Amino acid sequence: MNPLLWMLLDLLLAAMLLGLGWAAVATRDLKRGLALFIAFGLLLALAWARLRAPDLALAEAAIGAGIAGALLLAALRSEPQDGQPAAAPSRVFLLTLNLFSVLLAVAIAWALLSALAMGDGVRLAQAVTEHLSQSGVSNPVTAVLLNFRAYDTLLELAVILSAVLGVLALGPARPGYRLPGPVLYGLIRWLVPLLIVTGGYLLWVGAHAPGGAFQAGATLAAAAVLLRLGGVDAAGLPAAVVSRWLLAAGLLAFLAVGLLVTAFGYGFVQYPPDLAAGLILVIESAATLSIAVALALAYIGGWPSRRAQSGSLHTHTTEGGTH
Amino acid sequence: MLSAEIIYGLTGVGLFTLGLRATLLQASLLARILAINVCGAGVFLMFVSIAYQGLAQMQVPDPVPHALVLTGIVVAVSATALALALGRRLRESKDE
Repeated sequence: MNPLLWMLLDLLLAAMLLGLGWAAVATRDLKRGLALFIAFGLLLALAWARLRAPDLALAEAAIGAGIAGALLLAALRSEPQDGQPAAAPSRVFLLTLNLFSVLLAVAIAWALLSALAMGDGVRLAQAVTEHLSQSGVSNPVTAVLLNFRAYDTLLELAVILSAVLGVLALGPARPGYRLPGPVLYGLIRWLVPLLIVTGGYLLWVGAHAPGGAFQAGATLAAAAVLLRLGGVDAAGLPAAVVSRWLLAAGLLAFLAVGLLVTAFGYGFVQYPPDLAAGLILVIESAATLSIAVALALAYIGGWPSRRAQSGSLHTHTTEGGTH
Repeated sequence: MLSAEIIYGLTGVGLFTLGLRATLLQASLLARILAINVCGAGVFLMFVSIAYQGLAQMQVPDPVPHALVLTGIVVAVSATALALALGRRLRESKDE
């Protein structure tokens, strides 16, 4: 394609991102702001695809726009709508804030442009490409996440676990939703199994193409969100005892594998090259389940009520819950 | 001719600043959390622009910033969930 056309596309996408971002944070109507934020997330996924980062495009569409949007919308539902309008900020404050924002933008833009101008520095990408064949996977992003920088991902799973423990400690779940009408119910019956299959596919394909544990976990969590919207209070999660173990499974499997290899003379999370593919798959499978349960619990906002877990509310509920 | 990394990098700078400004300006907690998320998206965009520049040199974008941003997206949504739960608890304890 003509470079000029590419530039026009880039400028258009950039302008839409800035416009939607501005509109999402500037509006006084929160509901509208949230709808704009979700649209912003989807456009951002397009920008990731344009910048040749398909792993990010998948994650953004599923997590950044999907799960985060659902979380914020659910929070809006319990937010009191009347909220008295805040006192208008003083003129001096506004002026200072605007001045500060402009100065900050100029400073960061200068730093970014000088970083881009340096261009041909040594990149870690070279090291990744050289060692990719020993990592056990052929998707460089998965190799970085699960092998070369495994510490990051290990600690990230710990961060997710602690965030969800925080959510669970803060109180009971939000009230559930009514049973849906026949159209939504039919859609859910189709979509939930499809999402579960897609999640499994993304997990498997992550070894050699865009995908992986995070995208797969988010897709499974999306199935849980749908079930919850369809009136299944437990959102398809297993009993609390099982859910607790699933929640910790990713971190536990990662730690177990990391420690196990040290017994054979390797460093912590330094896999033997010929076993790496299998070990990464084990960790990713456990991480997928953990991320799915974590995001679902974060959306529910606490443990679903005991009544819902028995799953005998209604025929719809039991049918939906067994998918 | 403007290159893609400069266009998206500067968009990232713009999103970061307008997100930060709105975070400081908004009164409602939910609006602040939303603004912080926009702010984070700006940081990710700057990162990925720098990764995209590796394309000229290596034929592929740099995967290390991609992995970091992927981590960032997931951590951002966990932090959002925790912030929303804290906000809900705060409001409930105010109501009591």
